[in-house]
Amino acid sequence: MSLNETDKAVVRDVWAKISKSSDAIGTDAVGRLLTVYPQSKIYFSHWADLSPGSGPVAAHGKKVMKGIGLAVSKIDNLTDGLLDLSEKHAFQMRVDPANYKLLNHCILVVIASMHPKEFTPEAHCALDKFLTALALALSEKYR
Amino acid sequence: MVEWTDFERATIQGIFDKMEYEVVGPAALCRCLVVYPWTQRYFGNFGNLYNAAAILANPLVAKHGTTILHGLDRALKNMDNIKATYAELSVLHSEKLHVDPDNFKLLSDCLTIVVAAKMGADFTPDVQAAFQKFLSVVVSALGRQYH
Repeated sequence: MSLNETDKAVVRDVWAKISKSSDAIGTDAVGRLLTVYPQSKIYFSHWADLSPGSGPVAAHGKKVMKGIGLAVSKIDNLTDGLLDLSEKHAFQMRVDPANYKLLNHCILVVIASMHPKEFTPEAHCALDKFLTALALALSEKYR
Repeated sequence: MVEWTDFERATIQGIFDKMEYEVVGPAALCRCLVVYPWTQRYFGNFGNLYNAAAILANPLVAKHGTTILHGLDRALKNMDNIKATYAELSVLHSEKLHVDPDNFKLLSDCLTIVVAAKMGADFTPDVQAAFQKFLSVVVSALGRQYH
């Protein structure tokens, strides 16, 4: 299920259209992750406020979307491009990789609700493949 | 037994009260067939599923999408016993249709996304949580009779 040239073109195209709202997308997606999948809260027990839209949530959402932007630019080799981030997630943060699937779903839900016209079935398919590949690259250094 | 809060019951009922079954059902099934193409294995006799355009234009897909969505009405009417409500349908999907139960989750993800696209900002995180809880109970019930 690797990304073909059409997938990459679609991902770049959609990202170009939605990246101006990337902060809002990130905030909303992280907020949803914590609300819909409360087990994910364990990674943020050091935050004062875990509610959707709070300061820590917004800051983290921004960080996540920056990572996604980086991945789009490295779409031709996600494994190499995300090596540093993978090390961080594997050794420092030790996030169970199952959570990437959950956050990916939340990101797609947010894009669907904010950009319904852009989020066609084809765009959905390419983005889902991309986010899955991203999660895999992020899990690269785990073991 | 699943515990539902008043907010969850009201939210889920509200979503279905406003539901355009003939739009959302087909859209969700089409999306599933496009995003997860292996699900097409169950629709060999539906004719042209060659590409996204063909799937979106296929009347059999549209009709089946509506049927599936109406199937959720049963859960809506029996929220305190969804497991028993879907026992028969679970046996059907296992014994006759031979559907991998993982596919139920894929379709429910697509349905969530279609509803999110329709509701926009009204699909708040709390609404999403309620809706996804409802769908995961249905998905679990549908997989219950597999052996």
